[in-house]
Amino acid sequence: MRGILSAIEASRPRSMDDLLDHIANTRAPRLIAGGTDVMVQLEAGGQEEGESFLDLTALASDLRYHRLDEDSLEIGALATFRDTRQRNDIVAAFPLLEASARTIGATQIQTRGTWAGNIANGSPAADGVAALLAYDAEVVLMSRQGRRTTPLCGFFSGYKKMDIGPGEFLAAIRLPRAKPDRLQEFWKVGTRRAQAITKVGLTINWRADGSWRIVGTSLAPFVTRYDGLERLFGQFGDHPGRLDADQQAAAVATAVQADLKPIDDIRSTADYRRRVVINLLCDAASRLHQT
Amino acid sequence: MAEATIRFRVNGRDVAVTAPPFRRLLDVLREDLGLTGSKEGCGEGECGSCSVVINGELVNSCIVPVIQSEGAEITTVEALAETPIGAAVQKAFMEHGGAQCGICTPGMIVAAAWVAEHRAYGSDLRDMLAGNLCRCTGYDLIIASVDAAIASLDIGKSRE
Repeated sequence: MRGILSAIEASRPRSMDDLLDHIANTRAPRLIAGGTDVMVQLEAGGQEEGESFLDLTALASDLRYHRLDEDSLEIGALATFRDTRQRNDIVAAFPLLEASARTIGATQIQTRGTWAGNIANGSPAADGVAALLAYDAEVVLMSRQGRRTTPLCGFFSGYKKMDIGPGEFLAAIRLPRAKPDRLQEFWKVGTRRAQAITKVGLTINWRADGSWRIVGTSLAPFVTRYDGLERLFGQFGDHPGRLDADQQAAAVATAVQADLKPIDDIRSTADYRRRVVINLLCDAASRLHQT
Repeated sequence: MAEATIRFRVNGRDVAVTAPPFRRLLDVLREDLGLTGSKEGCGEGECGSCSVVINGELVNSCIVPVIQSEGAEITTVEALAETPIGAAVQKAFMEHGGAQCGICTPGMIVAAAWVAEHRAYGSDLRDMLAGNLCRCTGYDLIIASVDAAIASLDIGKSRE
């Protein structure tokens, strides 16, 4: 069972130059940081022909950081969920980061798992990615040619398909700072409270400018923002009291039918997922009049 | 696959092991270094039976490739009884019935000692110990043991 791990080729770059050279010159490089996804996948037999591994963890002095200033937060590729939870200033400025991080595995996973890895693993159930999307995160990609920044929304084009070019790696994540948000919710529906993988996740952020971010987890091939739902909630927010609770619920159900094509998989069914999303959205809508 | 020589410290002792880079730290500890206190439960980072502390952080050694241990300071359950916190946790588990079949116990004790040490930064005990699964008991006796250990050390009370 462990034989596959013994056969794996890996190197551990000691400098950023060394890392970028390795990425540029390796045929099928795969990066490992905390290993909480990679090691489990490898033990389940998930190695591709010819790929070899680059371990990032010797580069902590370059990549394990949070930089919070007046305009933005930058999270380095090796910053872990626990690192973030321990930063009171970041938790205060970006509460959805803490709300999602605390639900990912438990302590032993949060000490190892990274935000960058949560993106790069490309799971539809990535709780951290939902929080990052709710804050308009951008990903910073680095190569020997320099740095490139691209919105996280649009980074994924399919299941585990993302906009990383040859020679590039996901070096950091940037979140713009905004005025305090009006309503923020992170819901994770799983089999149990701890150590569960999300069946349905919904993350909501009503921004100070009146716009909405509504992000679904485990509903599509990748963590997704729902434009139609965001527009609907924009109308709810702009015209409080125009619709009563029943009318809001009906509008939510119609929008969910139009906007969501939930997946059926080992963890849950499409019908159940749609029902839960409607219930959670109705709960959010009912609270708009109170904020 | 070329093996690598990896140097690190375990329980205060310098060691060098020659192993494939992705050999699991758990296997290196148990098979190469004879430290069989850390147990394998699930083997996929869910159950916490293989918990050890690396550079001050609680981790599951079944999903750590040994290459990542280069230069690290590792503490396993074997060394814990010699520390004040570890000794207090061990004693409390005996007094309060915190162990039953024993498979989860080494990992539970490593995690409990780590939680006792870091509690000021965390939230409640059940949350911090959620990564250690026990299939025999409820968790009440385990939590009672950790509570008693923390009380005996007079730490972590600022969160109460």
